[in-house]
Amino acid sequence: MGITVNGTAVELPDDPRVSLLDLLRDGLHLSGTKKGCDQGACGACTVLVDGQRILSCLALAVQYEGRSVTTIEGLGADGALHPLQQAFIEHDGFQCGYCTPGQICSAVAMIEELRRGVPSHLTVDLAAAAIPCSRDELRERMSGNLCRCGAHNGIMDAIATTYPAETHPGAAE
Amino acid sequence: MTPFTYVRATDAQTAVRLADSRHPGVRYLGGGTNLVDLMRETVERPTALVDVTGLSNEITETDGGGLLIGAAVRNTALAEHRLVRSRYPMLARAIVAGASPQIRNMATVAGNILQRTRCAYFYDQAGSRCNKREPGQGCDAIDGFNRMHAILGASPSCVATHPSDMCVALAALDATVHLNTAQGERRLPFADLHRLPGDEPDRDTVLQPGDLITAVELPALPLAARSAYRKVRDRSSYAFALVSVAAALAVENGTVTDVRLALGGVAPKPWRPLAAERALRGQPATEAVFRAAAAAELAAAEPLRDNAFKVELAQRTIVAVLGELAENGLAGGGA
Amino acid sequence: MSIVDKGKEAVQGIAQAVVKKAVELAPGALLPGGRPDPLIRRQHGHIGKPVSRVDGPLKVRGAAPFAAEVALDGMVYAALAYSTIARGRIAAIDTALAEAAPGVVLVMTHRNAPRLNPPPRFLTGDKAAAGDDSPIMQDDRVRWNGQPVALVLADSQEQADHARSLIRVTYAEEPAATSLPTADGCEVGTFMGEPLRAVVGDADAAFAAAPNKVEAVYRTPRHNHNALELHAATLVWRGDELFVHDATQAVAHTAWSLAQIFGLEEAQVHVGSPFVGGGFGGKGLWPHQILAAAAARLAGRPVRIVLSREGVYRAVGGRSPTEQRVALGADADGRLTAIIHRGVTPKTRHSPMPEPFILPTQSAYAAETIALEVQTCYLDMVANTFMRAPGEAVGTVALECAIDELAERLGMDPIELRILNEPDKDPISGRPFSSRNIVAAYRAGAERFGWDRRNPVPRSRREGEWLVGMGCATATYPYHRMPGGAARITLDAAGRARIDAAAHEMGMGTATTHTQVAADRLGLPLEAVSVRYGDSSLPGVILAGGSQQTASVGLSVMMAHQELVGELLKLAGNDSPLAGLGVDEVESADAGLRKRDEPDRFESYASILARSGRSELAVESSAPMPLETMHWSMHSYGAMFCEVRVNAVTGETRVSRFLGSFDCGRIINPKTAASQFRGGIIMGLGLALMEETQFDERNGRIMTRNLSDYHLPVHLDVPEIDVIWTDIPDPHAPMGARGIGEIGITGTGAAVANAIHNATGRRVRDFPITLDKLL
Repeated sequence: MGITVNGTAVELPDDPRVSLLDLLRDGLHLSGTKKGCDQGACGACTVLVDGQRILSCLALAVQYEGRSVTTIEGLGADGALHPLQQAFIEHDGFQCGYCTPGQICSAVAMIEELRRGVPSHLTVDLAAAAIPCSRDELRERMSGNLCRCGAHNGIMDAIATTYPAETHPGAAE
Repeated sequence: MTPFTYVRATDAQTAVRLADSRHPGVRYLGGGTNLVDLMRETVERPTALVDVTGLSNEITETDGGGLLIGAAVRNTALAEHRLVRSRYPMLARAIVAGASPQIRNMATVAGNILQRTRCAYFYDQAGSRCNKREPGQGCDAIDGFNRMHAILGASPSCVATHPSDMCVALAALDATVHLNTAQGERRLPFADLHRLPGDEPDRDTVLQPGDLITAVELPALPLAARSAYRKVRDRSSYAFALVSVAAALAVENGTVTDVRLALGGVAPKPWRPLAAERALRGQPATEAVFRAAAAAELAAAEPLRDNAFKVELAQRTIVAVLGELAENGLAGGGA
Repeated sequence: MSIVDKGKEAVQGIAQAVVKKAVELAPGALLPGGRPDPLIRRQHGHIGKPVSRVDGPLKVRGAAPFAAEVALDGMVYAALAYSTIARGRIAAIDTALAEAAPGVVLVMTHRNAPRLNPPPRFLTGDKAAAGDDSPIMQDDRVRWNGQPVALVLADSQEQADHARSLIRVTYAEEPAATSLPTADGCEVGTFMGEPLRAVVGDADAAFAAAPNKVEAVYRTPRHNHNALELHAATLVWRGDELFVHDATQAVAHTAWSLAQIFGLEEAQVHVGSPFVGGGFGGKGLWPHQILAAAAARLAGRPVRIVLSREGVYRAVGGRSPTEQRVALGADADGRLTAIIHRGVTPKTRHSPMPEPFILPTQSAYAAETIALEVQTCYLDMVANTFMRAPGEAVGTVALECAIDELAERLGMDPIELRILNEPDKDPISGRPFSSRNIVAAYRAGAERFGWDRRNPVPRSRREGEWLVGMGCATATYPYHRMPGGAARITLDAAGRARIDAAAHEMGMGTATTHTQVAADRLGLPLEAVSVRYGDSSLPGVILAGGSQQTASVGLSVMMAHQELVGELLKLAGNDSPLAGLGVDEVESADAGLRKRDEPDRFESYASILARSGRSELAVESSAPMPLETMHWSMHSYGAMFCEVRVNAVTGETRVSRFLGSFDCGRIINPKTAASQFRGGIIMGLGLALMEETQFDERNGRIMTRNLSDYHLPVHLDVPEIDVIWTDIPDPHAPMGARGIGEIGITGTGAAVANAIHNATGRRVRDFPITLDKLL
């Protein structure tokens, strides 16, 4: 059994030292997933594993046998951009573009976490079934993705316009 | 990264057996968020990894009204669990105050407990001396950059702090750790798991090689339903604590009837300030009492060049958290 | 092969002095085109429109190729080992275990590295690129803690990293200069060949006599750029030609410099860098590209080198710390009688410049007397280098906090104090300002931000645990246009245009803005223009630095366009409606040329080319020398407004609102410009509150060697940042536009500090303002 990457079965590397990030970038030439620190400190390598966002730099590829990985290359359907990708362009949610795939993958999974009611550091009422999502809630939930160019405002605008139902303050109440 | 063999265990007994056959140099691997990083830095050089993420990831109620949390439960899953949020809010809040969502999705409960210090000199394998990494080498932190370091419980050989947020809550909640060892199963109070450095700073815990954490048990603690976690750090998110406080407080007729406190960011292990708790029980729930209790605990503080501020910061944060609990019963979120 | 030495800096200084003299004799005539750029007046074109990035679809798909993402057949991976002492010799280096490790192809040290010429240090020649001119791995010397001492090549990155960890080095350590008290000498610093010193009158005497004065010392720490993309290069030798896929802000400089180092002709080195994952001054020529090229030659294999994050801290320099003393004297009305700004900053013997923190003070305020000086002291450390707004970023911290302190002393509004001291000409050079509307920026910003709601009494507004305050500061960064600008315009048979220039894209929106500018220049729709850049084979020596790339490329395209019009008129011949017209009589419009005052006399580019039987027409031209900066004092400006909330219990600071009100000439693309402004401001928030590279003075070792310990602002640290601008074109800048890439970080640190003072009553002069300083 190997790993499924963007719907395609992929063999595990022979060397267990190979991170999921290096498997993607060097082994599969899926270089949309970025290496910004290789230390779990920047979020540029964020990918989705069975829909959950993780840091592929801290993931040994062998640990993910049997799991389904989605990278930035697998987000859009039939060659079209994912709506969030389009919104990043509209709202200038990037400059150099290096942290961008990680930001986008992270945001896609974050929305699922919001829908599921996963609390954050800013969540006031832990007992509430749904989370009223202020702009700061969004910021906190995206704080694992660093951006050095300073595209933070555009990233927030892109997420909020793509997912109005989930991110409008009080929408989930 | 030094070469290693990798094997996946599906149950605890198998894991212990696999580890036993790979001594020395074997390590259990959870989410990898700390161990893989340290291996890449060559601070850790295991020759074999036993992947234990396939072990229990269940959270079940115990007969006594507590919770039994499987060692492989991911941090996110623990924080979002309905009973954790309602019965032990400080634990949910401590977890979501730590790291980032991506890391919390990966990290396991046992891995979080066993994570190692973030001391920069510990990490700098090539260029700095560290007794925790290489016993007897010396400590470059004591006279170096030590803003993040311990003010309580340190020793002349090591001043590093334990970086976990989750563990601070576990310490306050009187958790118990379930172990599976080559000698069989046993239980250990969470407070006794981590050890102070003394002259053996390389040993973070009392565990022996091959000992496997299989679960963490939380006792029924009605008090904890009114609990809080407050973390103070250098940026608003995704940073380790300078000081953190986990607290639960019961007040009846203006008097503290029960209290649980723990501190993070100030000591080599999650710090249970028993002196402060003693100074609070049976006393009026007033700011003056809170301040005196905090001062009693911090009287023993031994600050270093860069971290004297923690003595004041810890006291202020304790007072603020207790004050908020006394006033509202619940503590709010972050900043 | 020229060995670049200190002498060149002196020569360049003399050359600049000669040019200055010439300009004084012949003002105006030498200026670009002799008349303002016609695009300045154009109102309904593409300039000024919020065009989305043309490379946006590539970037959001992760499909923009960065330097470490080019795969070459037979490629091997590199890993570097770094020294652990600050100064001394390598007494022994044991590479046997590494050489025997699986997959290892080569271990290179000073013992077997090819002999190279010294790296040409940046600023010592037109195309010198190296941030450090030490001969790395050319001898057994160790010059800083973290210097590369060995390089491993292996079949996989894991194998290379592991083998690297097996190398054992024994050092013969020597006393090192790793702190100011142990510095290896101090002197007045120089920058671009000029001493960092300026004197107008007797400032010390005027300060002593002033009835109102403030004096304080401000300290800023080391900073690192921390671009998210790790420094990387993928390179291969084909015969005696070197092909480098690099991450650089200077493709042409890098190609020339690598040629010097390897003893090649410039044309034998090809450097491509189509996308750079953030630079901020840090992506130049550093040891890793040189060593990787040397190893590739030794091994006969293509090489990919990606520095680890630690490696970036070890091998690539950052901004030096500063200790700045500012003394301001003012008369009873608040008019400045003395500005003294002196201080000290360390550099190495091998770096291009000391942190020039007095630069913003040179043109800031009218004062009777001024005394500015940068002392620099030599340390054994990784070569310090340019980081976003070198000089201004940290210089404005000191100056603009001091102004705020003086305003409080005088009981004046800090904006009014600044406006009162607004100069009518450059206070030091005496040159006129090309365009300076800083007062307008302040007025507009103050109104929009609600400055009138600020209570001037510190610590007077509290919301629960949070103390709230407002502050402001002036932002300033000079207009630069460096020599070397060139561009080529190629028209094809369909009338489409391609712009070629050796420029760079690291997030500024280079292709997008130049598509807009060229479309307006040529009278074309955006779809008919493409821009090629990021390759040393393209025209020009164009640094993506000093916020000058847009001016450099923009003027080059303007010059090429003038030549193109001439060529087109020649091709048009006698059968064209344009027959007989001169260059000055026509203009580009509607994908062709037309007579200015008779628009019906028109012929399209496609028609001209078709009739002349040409499939394409290419014209290349260079930008003239940057004489505009010799004649005018040219700067971008901004008025920065900040609101902070400081927790009274914990000292934590949160920036709750921020507004940048800018005066940077014409804004070419409001969408990408706003991002650049915000990006600079956010880096400024980091500077104000959290960023610090910890340098252990005991052994010169950098201890913040990852992005956990070096704090960049995260999403939750960044509020909605409002940006507005005057949009007043600068008549003396191409397109009317001055630079915008760096100004955002200037003034921001002081605006935050001044807001913190207003919130808390605490004046913190030691940056970053971490919570322990506010307890």
